[in-house]
Amino acid sequence: MGTDDRGAENRNGDERIRPSDPVVSKPQLSVRPLSPHLQIYRPQLTSMLSILHRLTGIVLGGGAVALVLWLVAAACGGDAFACAQALAGSILGRLLLFGFTLCVVYHLLNGIRHLVWDTGRGLELDAVYLSGRLVVAGTFILTVAIWIAGYAAQGGI
Amino acid sequence: MRALRSELGRVRGLGSAKEGVQHWWLQRVTAIALVPLVIWFLIGLVAHAGADHATVTAWLGGPVTLGLFLILLGAGFWHLALGMQVVIEDYVHREGLRLALILLVKFGCVALMLAGAIALLTIAFGG
Repeated sequence: MGTDDRGAENRNGDERIRPSDPVVSKPQLSVRPLSPHLQIYRPQLTSMLSILHRLTGIVLGGGAVALVLWLVAAACGGDAFACAQALAGSILGRLLLFGFTLCVVYHLLNGIRHLVWDTGRGLELDAVYLSGRLVVAGTFILTVAIWIAGYAAQGGI
Repeated sequence: MRALRSELGRVRGLGSAKEGVQHWWLQRVTAIALVPLVIWFLIGLVAHAGADHATVTAWLGGPVTLGLFLILLGAGFWHLALGMQVVIEDYVHREGLRLALILLVKFGCVALMLAGAIALLTIAFGG
């Protein structure tokens, strides 16, 4: 309980630290500075990609719901399926699907990056930045390639 | 002195339930399974872009597609439930709300996975 109380006190800002405060002379833990938070840090590729991994994962939850609805429509018969296809083929539907494609390709590539890290490899700073840039480039290239292939399979727009 | 601590106190402190890596490990197991499954799924979707109902159901109802799609749904929704649980645990600090949201995500994932599986089985075997 003790640690929780201290955290709450800091969050509420009851005892803000001013630069002039003689922090050392105050024995209470409550006024000790907290670790710098997101607003303090300059955005880095590493942290942004980490946040993006989480964000795309959440978005893909919505994609999974859409996928199940599409399957249910296909199971319900030709009319329901035609309705689902019309929705997916609309401008808004295509925009959403393009967004889902970006998310799934990014989450897949960055997920592979995470799995490599789990083996203890590629954790040096330059390697982390290199793999991050590769993931970003790969996401755009693969997403565009998937959509070109999709339109080619349909025989045009 | 340790013997004077209650079992609950130990667990709430540093006590091990011997399942500490279970969640982390299952997130990786489902992730590894999903790598080839998602690639297969994307290729399948691209190949059937704009196809009519008969073509799509013939694809979905085939034994290989059905099997792979069922695993995709299982691994995918499991992975989603584990991931969403971590997100909720990180950002929702009110204990009751946190528990309610995690249960909602888990029940929702099971319901959606079942709905998808029943839809696929209906396509494959239903009238």
